Amino acid sequence: MLALGCLTTTAVVAQKTAVQSIEEYRAMLADGNPSELFEAKGEDLWKQKRGPKNASLEACDLGKGPGVYKGAFVELPRYFADTGRVQDMESRLLTCMQNLQGFNADEIAKTAFGKGEQVNVTALATWLSSESKGMKFNLSQAHPQEKISYEVGRRLFFQRAGPHDFSCASCHGQDNTRIRLQDLPNLTKNPGDGIGFAAWPAYRVSNGQMWGMQQRLNDCYRQQRFPYPGFGSDVTIALGVYLGVNSAGAKSIAPALKR
Amino acid sequence: MNKSKYFSVLSAIGVTLLMAVAPVQAQKAKPVAVASTGNADVFDFFYREAVKTSFRDQGIVKASVLNTDETNLACSAADVAGKPLDKKRAKEIEALNLKTIKWPSDGKFVGDWKEGEALAQSGRGLTYSDDATTPNGGNCYNCHQLDKKEISFGTIGPSLYNYGKLRGVTDVNSPASKAIIEYTWGKIWNSKAYNACSNMPRAGHMGIMTEAQIRHLVALLVDPKSAVNQ
Repeated sequence: MLALGCLTTTAVVAQKTAVQSIEEYRAMLADGNPSELFEAKGEDLWKQKRGPKNASLEACDLGKGPGVYKGAFVELPRYFADTGRVQDMESRLLTCMQNLQGFNADEIAKTAFGKGEQVNVTALATWLSSESKGMKFNLSQAHPQEKISYEVGRRLFFQRAGPHDFSCASCHGQDNTRIRLQDLPNLTKNPGDGIGFAAWPAYRVSNGQMWGMQQRLNDCYRQQRFPYPGFGSDVTIALGVYLGVNSAGAKSIAPALKR
Repeated sequence: MNKSKYFSVLSAIGVTLLMAVAPVQAQKAKPVAVASTGNADVFDFFYREAVKTSFRDQGIVKASVLNTDETNLACSAADVAGKPLDKKRAKEIEALNLKTIKWPSDGKFVGDWKEGEALAQSGRGLTYSDDATTPNGGNCYNCHQLDKKEISFGTIGPSLYNYGKLRGVTDVNSPASKAIIEYTWGKIWNSKAYNACSNMPRAGHMGIMTEAQIRHLVALLVDPKSAVNQ
């Protein structure tokens, strides 16, 4: 009996140590967030004259009027009359890069993450998100297209398919669950300040990469064993609307730091 | 029905309703409650269009994997509606899935639990970044506790620690163990045969695991010597 007691204690201690060391590791990471480097680069890219038209992005309309970027991030995705589409930060940046600077938006959308102009889109989104840090998400649902986008996103969230029958909800449809040791937010409702939608773009320590929301959603679909969702496509935008509207009132901590 | 026709339907009836509803929703921040009364078919249409136009083949994953079966369609619709399938429909779907279970060709249900443990540990295979030679994992630890020594386990599924022991399996060849071992095989082969909208993949039915691999997974769960039953 005594021996058994000792064994149990040892097991508990071992488990605590493992969990504790993970917590310590996370605290250590929070000390300095490398996303600051991407923020600086993004701010520079915003002001720099670039592209075939040799122009800056300073006249870009992110939804609050040309050149207004403070607070824009927490209101995206939203409907834009000039494109007739609901757009998130990254797809809207492509529109501005095409219209103001003369880049080819389709080409950038087709470029792999972490390559070519995609790197610059990520840096821009990182900086622009930092300009709304601490603000509360407040997406509009006033335009019919925004409402459609939300409802499309809701259906996508529950779409079970692929060899594993996974949907977004398989992992993110319940409270207090984990995959391995990774806590999973319930994204069918407001998961709270700085959780889920309110935590991207983020710097991922495990692979040393800065990811925007488009890449985060793409990787979710990859792990779901789904095919490749287009960058800024209707599905990734609609999911952004679903997650963003559900997060109404949650404070953005982007750019965040992830494992 | 084409897209332009849907747009006109939308502008005729849908938009007024949506416009009226939207401000209320923004204030209350409870979007789910406003669901789709009257516009569900319009939203369903745009959802199917979005899926059709947004995904592309990549690596080993073809866009056609989204053309799913009756089970997933029914369960997704129930999820969107926010209420579980009615009992009769759930039974129908379970019966449909039960019929797909392939029982072991040689009558042997129990393999090597150590090989089962290795499969349970792996979550690899079948993503667009895997190649065709990546061996598929069983993904078990992602959602279940199994061997108590493995502290990195998920909690989406129930703990399976002491699975066989708790069910009284002392000898895998005894007639007393037959029913539970067969159930275990069936559950891994096609989880939806026992719970229509289970979150668990259908490892045998969808070709994620082979018959030989399922034998090892059954062993991991029921073999009294398995680490799971210590």
